[in-house]
Amino acid sequence: MVRTSLTGPGQFVHIKCGHSRLLRRPISVCDWQGSPEGDTLTIVFEVRGEGTAWLARRPVGRHVDVLGLLGNGFQVEDQGAYLLVGGGIGVPPLLGCAKVCGGGSVALLGFRSKDRALLVDELAEACLAVRVATDDGSLYHHGFVDELVRQELSKNRSFRAVLACGPKPMLKSVVQAAAEFGVPCQVSMEERMACGVGACLGCAVQMRDGTMRHVCKDGPVFDAEEVDWDA
Amino acid sequence: MPNVDMSVNLAGVSMKNPVVVASGTFGFGREYGQFYDLSELGGICCKGLTLHPRTGNPPPRIAETPMGMLNSVGLQNPGVDAFITEELPELRKYDLAVIANISGNTPEEYGIMCEKLSRAGVDMIEVNISCPNVKAGGLAYGTRPELAAEVTRVAKEHSSVPVMVKLSPNVTDIVEIAKAVDEAGADALSLINTLRGMRIDVQTRRPILKMNTGGLSGPAVLPVAVRMVWEVAGAVAKPILGMGGVARGEDAAELMLAGASAVAVGTACFADPYAPLRVRDGLEKLAAGQGLDRVSALRGAVRAW
Repeated sequence: MVRTSLTGPGQFVHIKCGHSRLLRRPISVCDWQGSPEGDTLTIVFEVRGEGTAWLARRPVGRHVDVLGLLGNGFQVEDQGAYLLVGGGIGVPPLLGCAKVCGGGSVALLGFRSKDRALLVDELAEACLAVRVATDDGSLYHHGFVDELVRQELSKNRSFRAVLACGPKPMLKSVVQAAAEFGVPCQVSMEERMACGVGACLGCAVQMRDGTMRHVCKDGPVFDAEEVDWDA
Repeated sequence: MPNVDMSVNLAGVSMKNPVVVASGTFGFGREYGQFYDLSELGGICCKGLTLHPRTGNPPPRIAETPMGMLNSVGLQNPGVDAFITEELPELRKYDLAVIANISGNTPEEYGIMCEKLSRAGVDMIEVNISCPNVKAGGLAYGTRPELAAEVTRVAKEHSSVPVMVKLSPNVTDIVEIAKAVDEAGADALSLINTLRGMRIDVQTRRPILKMNTGGLSGPAVLPVAVRMVWEVAGAVAKPILGMGGVARGEDAAELMLAGASAVAVGTACFADPYAPLRVRDGLEKLAAGQGLDRVSALRGAVRAW
Protein backbone atom coordinates (compact mmCIF):
# COMPACT_ATOMS: atom_id res chain seq x y z
CA MET A 1 0.00 0.00 0.00
CA VAL A 2 1.11 3.51 -0.72
CA ARG A 3 0.24 5.82 2.13
CA THR A 4 0.83 9.47 2.75
CA SER A 5 0.58 9.14 6.51
CA LEU A 6 2.41 6.91 8.92
CA THR A 7 0.44 3.89 10.08
CA GLY A 8 3.03 2.43 12.39
CA PRO A 9 6.71 1.85 13.02
CA GLY A 10 8.51 -0.29 10.46
CA GLN A 11 7.24 1.35 7.29
CA PHE A 12 9.83 2.57 4.80
CA VAL A 13 10.53 5.33 2.32
CA HIS A 14 12.01 4.81 -1.15
CA ILE A 15 14.60 7.48 -1.92
CA LYS A 16 16.06 8.54 -5.25
CA CYS A 17 19.80 8.83 -4.71
CA GLY A 18 21.02 11.07 -7.51
CA HIS A 19 20.78 10.62 -11.25
CA SER A 20 23.61 8.17 -11.73
CA ARG A 21 21.78 5.35 -9.94
CA LEU A 22 18.66 3.97 -11.55
CA LEU A 23 16.83 2.50 -8.59
CA ARG A 24 15.66 4.08 -5.37
CA ARG A 25 17.00 2.98 -2.00
CA PRO A 26 14.49 1.60 0.52
CA ILE A 27 15.18 2.90 4.04
CA SER A 28 13.13 2.24 7.19
CA VAL A 29 11.59 5.09 9.08
CA CYS A 30 13.32 5.46 12.44
CA ASP A 31 11.27 8.18 14.10
CA TRP A 32 8.76 10.92 13.32
CA GLN A 33 7.54 14.19 14.80
CA GLY A 34 4.47 16.20 13.98
CA SER A 35 4.60 19.97 14.12
CA PRO A 36 2.51 22.87 12.81
CA GLU A 37 5.28 23.69 10.30
CA GLY A 38 5.14 20.18 8.89
CA ASP A 39 5.82 16.64 9.92
CA THR A 40 9.34 15.30 10.08
CA LEU A 41 10.60 11.79 9.43
CA THR A 42 13.93 10.56 10.74
CA ILE A 43 15.87 7.92 8.87
CA VAL A 44 19.17 6.35 9.85
CA PHE A 45 21.11 4.57 7.14
CA GLU A 46 24.49 3.05 6.47
CA VAL A 47 26.63 4.11 3.52
CA ARG A 48 26.85 0.86 1.58
CA GLY A 49 27.43 2.02 -1.97
CA GLU A 50 27.29 4.98 -4.32
CA GLY A 51 23.59 5.63 -3.76
CA THR A 52 23.70 5.91 0.01
CA ALA A 53 27.03 7.79 -0.25
CA TRP A 54 25.26 10.39 -2.43
CA LEU A 55 22.45 10.64 0.09
CA ALA A 56 24.89 11.09 2.98
CA ARG A 57 26.51 14.03 1.14
CA ARG A 58 23.25 15.98 0.66
CA PRO A 59 23.59 19.34 2.37
CA VAL A 60 21.06 20.23 5.07
CA GLY A 61 18.00 21.94 3.62
CA ARG A 62 18.20 20.30 0.18
CA HIS A 63 15.19 18.44 -1.15
CA VAL A 64 15.29 14.74 -1.82
CA ASP A 65 12.84 12.77 -3.96
CA VAL A 66 11.03 10.43 -1.58
CA LEU A 67 8.37 7.85 -2.42
CA GLY A 68 6.32 6.77 0.55
CA LEU A 69 5.33 5.96 3.13
CA LEU A 70 5.44 2.39 1.90
CA GLY A 71 4.75 -1.05 3.28
CA ASN A 72 3.17 -2.41 6.41
CA GLY A 73 4.97 -1.90 9.70
CA PHE A 74 4.99 -3.71 13.04
CA GLN A 75 1.70 -4.44 14.78
CA VAL A 76 2.32 -2.65 18.06
CA GLU A 77 -0.19 -1.76 20.74
CA ASP A 78 0.22 1.31 22.93
CA GLN A 79 1.55 0.57 26.40
CA GLY A 80 2.51 -2.98 25.46
CA ALA A 81 5.72 -4.63 26.58
CA TYR A 82 7.69 -5.89 23.58
CA LEU A 83 11.09 -7.43 23.18
CA LEU A 84 12.79 -5.36 20.48
CA VAL A 85 15.66 -7.14 18.74
CA GLY A 86 17.84 -5.39 16.19
CA GLY A 87 20.96 -6.25 14.27
CA GLY A 88 23.21 -3.57 12.80
CA ILE A 89 21.36 -1.25 10.45
CA GLY A 90 18.17 -3.12 11.41
CA VAL A 91 18.12 -1.21 14.71
CA PRO A 92 16.62 2.16 13.61
CA PRO A 93 12.95 1.12 13.12
CA LEU A 94 12.98 -0.30 16.65
CA LEU A 95 13.23 3.22 18.05
CA GLY A 96 9.82 3.98 16.52
CA CYS A 97 8.47 0.77 18.06
CA ALA A 98 9.85 1.70 21.47
CA LYS A 99 8.20 5.11 21.37
CA VAL A 100 4.82 3.75 20.24
CA CYS A 101 4.68 1.09 22.94
CA GLY A 102 5.31 3.64 25.63
CA GLY A 103 8.55 2.76 27.36
CA GLY A 104 7.63 -0.67 28.65
CA SER A 105 9.84 -2.60 26.25
CA VAL A 106 13.30 -4.11 26.37
CA ALA A 107 15.75 -3.68 23.48
CA LEU A 108 18.44 -6.20 22.58
CA LEU A 109 20.89 -4.94 20.00
CA GLY A 110 23.58 -6.74 18.06
CA PHE A 111 26.47 -5.04 16.28
CA ARG A 112 29.64 -6.22 14.57
CA SER A 113 31.77 -4.12 16.91
CA LYS A 114 31.70 -1.12 19.28
CA ASP A 115 32.31 1.40 16.50
CA ARG A 116 29.29 0.08 14.59
CA ALA A 117 26.88 0.58 17.53
CA LEU A 118 24.05 3.03 16.92
CA LEU A 119 21.01 4.46 18.72
CA VAL A 120 21.96 2.74 22.00
CA ASP A 121 21.39 5.87 24.11
CA GLU A 122 18.17 6.76 22.29
CA LEU A 123 16.77 3.28 22.84
CA ALA A 124 17.90 3.30 26.48
CA GLU A 125 15.81 6.40 26.97
CA ALA A 126 12.75 4.92 25.25
CA CYS A 127 12.89 1.44 26.84
CA LEU A 128 12.99 -0.19 30.28
CA ALA A 129 16.40 -1.63 29.47
CA VAL A 130 18.86 -2.05 26.62
CA ARG A 131 21.39 -4.83 26.22
CA VAL A 132 24.06 -4.95 23.56
CA ALA A 133 25.99 -7.79 21.98
CA THR A 134 28.96 -7.41 19.66
CA ASP A 135 30.43 -10.06 17.40
CA ASP A 136 33.97 -9.19 18.57
CA GLY A 137 33.20 -8.46 22.21
CA SER A 138 34.30 -4.82 21.94
CA LEU A 139 31.08 -3.66 23.63
CA TYR A 140 29.19 -5.54 26.36
CA HIS A 141 28.16 -9.14 25.55
CA HIS A 142 30.62 -11.02 23.32
CA GLY A 143 28.46 -12.99 20.92
CA PHE A 144 25.27 -12.87 18.91
CA VAL A 145 22.05 -11.17 19.84
CA ASP A 146 19.99 -14.37 19.83
CA GLU A 147 21.93 -15.40 22.97
CA LEU A 148 20.58 -12.26 24.67
CA VAL A 149 17.09 -13.15 23.44
CA ARG A 150 17.31 -16.56 25.14
CA GLN A 151 18.67 -14.99 28.35
CA GLU A 152 15.91 -12.39 28.43
CA LEU A 153 13.06 -14.78 27.62
CA SER A 154 14.24 -17.30 30.19
CA LYS A 155 13.83 -14.55 32.82
CA ASN A 156 10.58 -13.14 31.45
CA ARG A 157 8.42 -14.54 28.71
CA SER A 158 5.45 -12.22 29.26
CA PHE A 159 6.36 -9.95 26.33
CA ARG A 160 3.48 -9.43 23.89
CA ALA A 161 5.84 -10.27 21.04
CA VAL A 162 9.39 -10.17 19.79
CA LEU A 163 9.83 -7.47 17.12
CA ALA A 164 12.98 -8.12 15.12
CA CYS A 165 14.83 -6.36 12.32
CA GLY A 166 18.23 -7.24 10.91
CA PRO A 167 20.04 -9.50 8.47
CA LYS A 168 18.32 -12.75 7.57
CA PRO A 169 20.66 -15.14 9.43
CA MET A 170 20.15 -13.11 12.60
CA LEU A 171 16.37 -13.07 12.09
CA LYS A 172 16.35 -16.81 11.61
CA SER A 173 18.11 -17.45 14.92
CA VAL A 174 15.98 -14.89 16.78
CA VAL A 175 12.81 -16.46 15.38
CA GLN A 176 14.02 -19.84 16.59
CA ALA A 177 14.76 -18.45 20.07
CA ALA A 178 11.32 -16.82 20.31
CA ALA A 179 9.67 -20.06 19.22
CA GLU A 180 11.52 -22.00 21.94
CA PHE A 181 9.85 -19.79 24.54
CA GLY A 182 6.47 -19.67 22.81
CA VAL A 183 6.56 -15.90 22.26
CA PRO A 184 5.05 -14.54 19.00
CA CYS A 185 7.53 -12.88 16.67
CA GLN A 186 7.26 -10.27 13.94
CA VAL A 187 10.19 -9.78 11.59
CA SER A 188 11.10 -6.94 9.25
CA MET A 189 12.63 -8.47 6.12
CA GLU A 190 15.04 -7.08 3.58
CA GLU A 191 15.35 -8.08 -0.08
CA ARG A 192 16.74 -6.50 -3.24
CA MET A 193 13.96 -4.24 -4.43
CA ALA A 194 13.12 -2.21 -7.51
CA CYS A 195 9.72 -0.49 -7.60
CA GLY A 196 8.87 -0.44 -3.87
CA VAL A 197 5.12 -0.61 -4.48
CA GLY A 198 4.40 -4.20 -5.52
CA ALA A 199 4.50 -3.84 -9.30
CA CYS A 200 7.78 -5.48 -10.29
CA LEU A 201 7.60 -8.54 -8.00
CA GLY A 202 11.33 -8.29 -7.38
CA CYS A 203 11.56 -8.42 -3.59
CA ALA A 204 10.07 -11.88 -3.12
CA VAL A 205 10.01 -13.77 0.18
CA GLN A 206 9.18 -17.46 0.19
CA MET A 207 6.32 -18.27 2.54
CA ARG A 208 5.82 -21.54 4.37
CA ASP A 209 2.61 -22.21 2.42
CA GLY A 210 4.60 -22.19 -0.84
CA THR A 211 3.47 -18.75 -1.99
CA MET A 212 5.69 -15.75 -2.65
CA ARG A 213 5.02 -12.49 -0.88
CA HIS A 214 6.75 -9.18 -1.38
CA VAL A 215 8.77 -7.13 1.08
CA CYS A 216 7.58 -3.80 -0.32
CA LYS A 217 3.85 -4.38 -0.47
CA ASP A 218 3.04 -7.28 1.87
CA GLY A 219 5.88 -6.48 4.29
CA PRO A 220 8.46 -5.42 5.18
CA VAL A 221 7.09 -6.82 8.46
CA PHE A 222 5.84 -10.41 8.43
CA ASP A 223 4.62 -12.83 11.07
CA ALA A 224 7.68 -15.03 11.59
CA GLU A 225 5.54 -18.17 11.44
CA GLU A 226 4.47 -17.42 7.88
CA VAL A 227 8.00 -17.19 6.50
CA ASP A 228 9.82 -20.22 5.10
CA TRP A 229 13.14 -19.91 6.96
CA ASP A 230 14.66 -22.87 5.13
CA ALA A 231 14.11 -21.47 1.62
CA MET B 1 2.50 25.95 -29.97
CA PRO B 2 0.03 23.99 -32.12
CA ASN B 3 -2.10 21.23 -30.69
CA VAL B 4 -0.66 17.83 -31.47
CA ASP B 5 -2.97 14.92 -32.17
CA MET B 6 -1.42 12.28 -29.87
CA SER B 7 -3.68 9.43 -30.92
CA VAL B 8 -2.18 6.40 -32.62
CA ASN B 9 -3.42 3.16 -34.04
CA LEU B 10 -1.59 -0.07 -33.31
CA ALA B 11 -2.84 -2.87 -35.59
CA GLY B 12 -6.44 -1.68 -35.32
CA VAL B 13 -6.26 -0.83 -31.62
CA SER B 14 -6.73 2.90 -31.26
CA MET B 15 -5.07 4.63 -28.34
CA LYS B 16 -5.40 8.21 -27.17
CA ASN B 17 -1.63 8.52 -26.98
CA PRO B 18 1.29 6.30 -27.98
CA VAL B 19 2.53 5.61 -24.44
CA VAL B 20 1.93 2.11 -23.15
CA VAL B 21 3.40 0.57 -20.02
CA ALA B 22 5.56 -2.51 -20.56
CA SER B 23 4.70 -5.98 -19.39
CA GLY B 24 6.19 -6.98 -16.05
CA THR B 25 6.81 -3.43 -14.90
CA PHE B 26 3.28 -2.33 -14.05
CA GLY B 27 1.55 -5.43 -12.67
CA PHE B 28 -2.12 -5.24 -13.61
CA GLY B 29 -2.22 -1.53 -12.87
CA ARG B 30 -3.41 -1.67 -9.28
CA GLU B 31 -0.24 -0.30 -7.67
CA TYR B 32 0.40 2.65 -9.98
CA GLY B 33 -3.35 3.27 -10.16
CA GLN B 34 -2.91 4.68 -6.64
CA PHE B 35 -0.70 7.42 -8.08
CA TYR B 36 -2.77 8.61 -11.07
CA ASP B 37 -5.74 7.84 -13.28
CA LEU B 38 -4.71 4.97 -15.57
CA SER B 39 -6.91 6.47 -18.28
CA GLU B 40 -4.02 8.88 -18.85
CA LEU B 41 -2.14 6.01 -20.49
CA GLY B 42 -2.51 4.86 -24.07
CA GLY B 43 -2.47 1.26 -22.95
CA ILE B 44 -1.12 -1.34 -20.57
CA CYS B 45 0.74 -4.51 -21.41
CA CYS B 46 -0.22 -6.57 -18.40
CA LYS B 47 2.15 -8.69 -16.33
CA GLY B 48 2.96 -11.90 -18.22
CA LEU B 49 0.38 -14.63 -17.80
CA THR B 50 0.70 -18.38 -17.98
CA LEU B 51 -2.04 -21.00 -18.23
CA HIS B 52 -1.52 -21.97 -14.59
CA PRO B 53 -0.35 -19.80 -11.67
CA ARG B 54 3.43 -19.57 -11.17
CA THR B 55 5.33 -18.62 -8.01
CA GLY B 56 8.36 -17.48 -10.01
CA ASN B 57 12.04 -17.72 -9.18
CA PRO B 58 13.71 -17.63 -5.74
CA PRO B 59 15.19 -14.29 -4.59
CA PRO B 60 17.35 -12.33 -5.12
CA ARG B 61 15.54 -11.42 -8.31
CA ILE B 62 16.91 -7.90 -8.80
CA ALA B 63 20.42 -6.58 -9.40
CA GLU B 64 21.23 -2.97 -10.22
CA THR B 65 23.61 -2.29 -13.12
CA PRO B 66 25.13 0.88 -14.60
CA MET B 67 22.00 2.75 -15.76
CA GLY B 68 19.96 -0.40 -15.71
CA MET B 69 18.92 -3.46 -13.80
CA LEU B 70 18.75 -7.20 -14.11
CA ASN B 71 15.65 -9.13 -13.15
CA SER B 72 14.85 -12.80 -12.86
CA VAL B 73 11.28 -12.74 -11.60
CA GLY B 74 10.45 -15.86 -13.60
CA LEU B 75 6.88 -15.08 -14.68
CA GLN B 76 5.32 -15.05 -11.22
CA ASN B 77 1.62 -14.60 -11.99
CA PRO B 78 -1.82 -15.73 -10.80
CA GLY B 79 -2.66 -17.55 -14.05
CA VAL B 80 -4.87 -16.52 -16.95
CA ASP B 81 -8.18 -17.45 -15.28
CA ALA B 82 -7.51 -15.34 -12.18
CA PHE B 83 -6.51 -12.45 -14.45
CA ILE B 84 -9.84 -12.68 -16.27
CA THR B 85 -11.97 -12.81 -13.14
CA GLU B 86 -9.96 -10.62 -10.73
CA GLU B 87 -7.90 -8.13 -12.71
CA LEU B 88 -9.53 -7.48 -16.08
CA PRO B 89 -12.80 -6.09 -14.63
CA GLU B 90 -10.75 -3.60 -12.57
CA LEU B 91 -8.74 -2.50 -15.59
CA ARG B 92 -11.94 -2.11 -17.62
CA LYS B 93 -12.96 0.75 -15.32
CA TYR B 94 -10.32 2.83 -17.10
CA ASP B 95 -10.22 4.12 -20.65
CA LEU B 96 -7.03 2.51 -21.99
CA ALA B 97 -6.06 -0.33 -24.31
CA VAL B 98 -5.70 -3.54 -22.31
CA ILE B 99 -3.05 -5.79 -23.80
CA ALA B 100 -2.68 -9.22 -22.18
CA ASN B 101 0.81 -10.74 -22.29
CA ILE B 102 1.08 -14.54 -22.44
CA SER B 103 3.78 -17.19 -22.19
CA GLY B 104 3.27 -20.89 -22.83
CA ASN B 105 5.22 -24.08 -22.43
CA THR B 106 3.73 -25.44 -25.66
CA PRO B 107 1.98 -23.93 -28.71
CA GLU B 108 -1.25 -25.51 -27.41
CA GLU B 109 -1.00 -23.52 -24.17
CA TYR B 110 -0.67 -20.29 -26.18
CA GLY B 111 -3.81 -21.31 -28.11
CA ILE B 112 -5.87 -22.01 -24.99
CA MET B 113 -4.87 -18.69 -23.43
CA CYS B 114 -5.65 -16.77 -26.63
CA GLU B 115 -9.14 -18.26 -26.73
CA LYS B 116 -9.83 -17.42 -23.10
CA LEU B 117 -8.51 -13.87 -23.40
CA SER B 118 -10.29 -13.16 -26.70
CA ARG B 119 -13.56 -14.28 -25.13
CA ALA B 120 -12.86 -12.17 -22.03
CA GLY B 121 -12.50 -9.13 -24.24
CA VAL B 122 -8.94 -7.85 -24.00
CA ASP B 123 -8.04 -5.37 -26.74
CA MET B 124 -4.93 -7.17 -27.89
CA ILE B 125 -2.75 -10.15 -27.00
CA GLU B 126 1.02 -9.79 -26.73
CA VAL B 127 2.63 -13.17 -27.27
CA ASN B 128 5.82 -13.46 -25.26
CA ILE B 129 8.25 -15.75 -27.03
CA SER B 130 11.21 -14.13 -25.40
CA CYS B 131 11.25 -14.44 -21.62
CA PRO B 132 14.88 -15.11 -20.63
CA ASN B 133 13.97 -16.25 -17.13
CA VAL B 134 12.07 -19.50 -17.59
CA LYS B 135 13.42 -22.84 -18.66
CA ALA B 136 10.64 -24.33 -20.79
CA GLY B 137 9.28 -22.41 -23.79
CA GLY B 138 10.17 -18.83 -23.10
CA LEU B 139 13.29 -17.79 -24.91
CA ALA B 140 13.53 -20.99 -26.99
CA TYR B 141 10.49 -19.94 -29.05
CA GLY B 142 11.97 -16.53 -29.58
CA THR B 143 15.36 -17.58 -30.87
CA ARG B 144 14.31 -20.03 -33.60
CA PRO B 145 12.33 -18.67 -36.55
CA GLU B 146 10.33 -21.84 -37.23
CA LEU B 147 9.23 -22.15 -33.58
CA ALA B 148 8.39 -18.43 -33.39
CA ALA B 149 6.28 -18.81 -36.53
CA GLU B 150 4.49 -21.87 -35.17
CA VAL B 151 3.55 -20.13 -31.92
CA THR B 152 2.37 -17.09 -33.91
CA ARG B 153 0.19 -19.23 -36.18
CA VAL B 154 -1.42 -21.01 -33.24
CA ALA B 155 -2.02 -17.74 -31.41
CA LYS B 156 -3.63 -16.19 -34.50
CA GLU B 157 -5.86 -19.21 -35.08
CA HIS B 158 -7.22 -18.99 -31.54
CA SER B 159 -7.59 -15.22 -31.25
CA SER B 160 -10.36 -12.89 -32.30
CA VAL B 161 -8.35 -9.81 -31.25
CA PRO B 162 -5.08 -8.53 -32.76
CA VAL B 163 -1.98 -10.53 -31.89
CA MET B 164 1.34 -8.81 -31.24
CA VAL B 165 4.48 -10.93 -30.89
CA LYS B 166 7.19 -9.77 -28.48
CA LEU B 167 10.67 -10.39 -29.83
CA SER B 168 13.86 -11.21 -28.01
CA PRO B 169 17.03 -9.21 -28.58
CA ASN B 170 19.06 -12.29 -27.60
CA VAL B 171 19.47 -13.44 -31.19
CA THR B 172 22.06 -13.04 -33.92
CA ASP B 173 19.58 -11.56 -36.39
CA ILE B 174 16.30 -10.16 -35.05
CA VAL B 175 15.10 -9.42 -38.59
CA GLU B 176 15.04 -13.12 -39.39
CA ILE B 177 12.71 -13.80 -36.45
CA ALA B 178 10.60 -10.72 -37.24
CA LYS B 179 10.08 -11.88 -40.83
CA ALA B 180 9.09 -15.38 -39.70
CA VAL B 181 6.55 -13.98 -37.24
CA ASP B 182 5.26 -11.51 -39.85
CA GLU B 183 4.74 -14.25 -42.45
CA ALA B 184 2.99 -16.39 -39.83
CA GLY B 185 0.34 -13.68 -39.50
CA ALA B 186 1.27 -11.52 -36.51
CA ASP B 187 -0.70 -8.26 -36.51
CA ALA B 188 2.05 -6.32 -34.73
CA LEU B 189 5.50 -6.78 -33.22
CA SER B 190 6.82 -5.54 -29.89
CA LEU B 191 10.50 -5.20 -29.15
CA ILE B 192 12.78 -5.45 -27.33
CA ASN B 193 12.49 -7.80 -24.39
CA THR B 194 15.39 -7.79 -21.92
CA LEU B 195 18.97 -8.64 -22.80
CA ARG B 196 20.48 -11.56 -20.90
CA GLY B 197 23.05 -10.45 -18.36
CA MET B 198 24.85 -11.39 -15.16
CA ARG B 199 26.44 -9.68 -12.17
CA ILE B 200 28.76 -11.17 -9.58
CA ASP B 201 29.49 -10.06 -6.01
CA VAL B 202 33.29 -9.95 -6.02
CA GLN B 203 33.53 -10.55 -2.26
CA THR B 204 31.33 -13.64 -2.04
CA ARG B 205 32.02 -14.68 -5.66
CA ARG B 206 28.32 -15.43 -5.94
CA PRO B 207 26.12 -14.15 -8.75
CA ILE B 208 23.77 -11.51 -7.32
CA LEU B 209 20.74 -13.18 -8.85
CA LYS B 210 19.78 -16.57 -7.41
CA MET B 211 19.15 -17.80 -10.98
CA ASN B 212 22.69 -16.60 -11.86
CA THR B 213 21.53 -14.70 -14.96
CA GLY B 214 18.66 -12.36 -15.70
CA GLY B 215 17.28 -9.83 -18.14
CA LEU B 216 18.80 -6.36 -18.51
CA SER B 217 16.51 -3.35 -18.84
CA GLY B 218 16.65 0.37 -18.22
CA PRO B 219 18.30 3.34 -19.96
CA ALA B 220 21.38 1.24 -20.79
CA VAL B 221 19.43 -0.77 -23.39
CA LEU B 222 17.82 2.15 -25.26
CA PRO B 223 20.34 2.25 -28.14
CA VAL B 224 19.97 -1.49 -28.67
CA ALA B 225 16.21 -1.05 -28.83
CA VAL B 226 16.42 1.86 -31.27
CA ARG B 227 18.75 -0.12 -33.55
CA MET B 228 16.57 -3.23 -33.50
CA VAL B 229 13.31 -1.32 -34.09
CA TRP B 230 15.00 0.43 -37.00
CA GLU B 231 16.20 -2.86 -38.51
CA VAL B 232 12.84 -4.59 -38.09
CA ALA B 233 10.86 -1.61 -39.36
CA GLY B 234 13.00 -1.64 -42.46
CA ALA B 235 12.17 -5.27 -43.18
CA VAL B 236 8.58 -5.76 -41.98
CA ALA B 237 5.54 -3.58 -42.68
CA LYS B 238 3.60 -4.53 -39.54
CA PRO B 239 3.24 -1.92 -36.80
CA ILE B 240 5.78 -1.97 -33.99
CA LEU B 241 5.45 -1.27 -30.29
CA GLY B 242 8.95 -0.09 -29.42
CA MET B 243 10.41 -0.46 -25.95
CA GLY B 244 13.69 -0.64 -24.11
CA GLY B 245 15.04 2.01 -21.76
CA VAL B 246 12.48 4.72 -22.48
CA ALA B 247 12.53 7.30 -19.69
CA ARG B 248 11.94 10.63 -21.47
CA GLY B 249 9.90 12.00 -24.34
CA GLU B 250 13.04 12.17 -26.49
CA ASP B 251 13.64 8.45 -25.97
CA ALA B 252 10.12 7.69 -27.16
CA ALA B 253 10.64 9.96 -30.16
CA GLU B 254 13.82 8.07 -31.07
CA LEU B 255 11.94 4.77 -31.13
CA MET B 256 9.13 6.29 -33.21
CA LEU B 257 11.60 7.85 -35.66
CA ALA B 258 13.21 4.41 -35.94
CA GLY B 259 9.84 2.98 -36.94
CA ALA B 260 7.68 2.34 -33.87
CA SER B 261 3.97 3.23 -33.96
CA ALA B 262 3.79 3.35 -30.19
CA VAL B 263 6.22 3.01 -27.31
CA ALA B 264 6.24 1.24 -23.97
CA VAL B 265 7.73 2.61 -20.77
CA GLY B 266 8.95 -0.06 -18.37
CA THR B 267 11.83 0.07 -15.93
CA ALA B 268 11.59 3.87 -15.72
CA CYS B 269 8.40 3.39 -13.68
CA PHE B 270 10.44 1.86 -10.86
CA ALA B 271 12.43 5.05 -10.37
CA ASP B 272 9.48 7.32 -11.07
CA PRO B 273 5.88 6.09 -11.01
CA TYR B 274 4.93 9.11 -13.14
CA ALA B 275 7.47 8.26 -15.87
CA PRO B 276 4.85 7.21 -18.47
CA LEU B 277 3.06 10.54 -18.10
CA ARG B 278 6.32 12.48 -18.29
CA VAL B 279 7.23 10.56 -21.45
CA ARG B 280 3.84 11.37 -22.96
CA ASP B 281 4.11 15.06 -22.09
CA GLY B 282 7.72 15.24 -23.28
CA LEU B 283 6.79 13.60 -26.56
CA GLU B 284 3.90 15.99 -27.08
CA LYS B 285 6.11 18.97 -26.39
CA LEU B 286 8.77 17.69 -28.74
CA ALA B 287 6.23 17.11 -31.53
CA ALA B 288 4.69 20.54 -30.97
CA GLY B 289 8.12 22.15 -31.01
CA GLN B 290 8.75 20.59 -34.39
CA GLY B 291 5.45 21.90 -35.69
CA LEU B 292 3.86 18.47 -36.13
CA ASP B 293 0.06 18.28 -36.07
CA ARG B 294 0.07 14.59 -35.17
CA VAL B 295 2.60 12.53 -33.23
CA SER B 296 2.27 9.62 -35.66
CA ALA B 297 4.16 11.74 -38.20
CA LEU B 298 7.32 10.75 -36.33
CA ARG B 299 6.91 7.12 -37.26
CA GLY B 300 9.82 5.93 -39.38
CA ALA B 301 10.88 9.49 -40.15
CA VAL B 302 14.55 8.94 -39.30
CA ARG B 303 16.79 10.38 -42.01
CA ALA B 304 19.32 7.55 -41.98
CA TRP B 305 22.66 8.14 -43.62
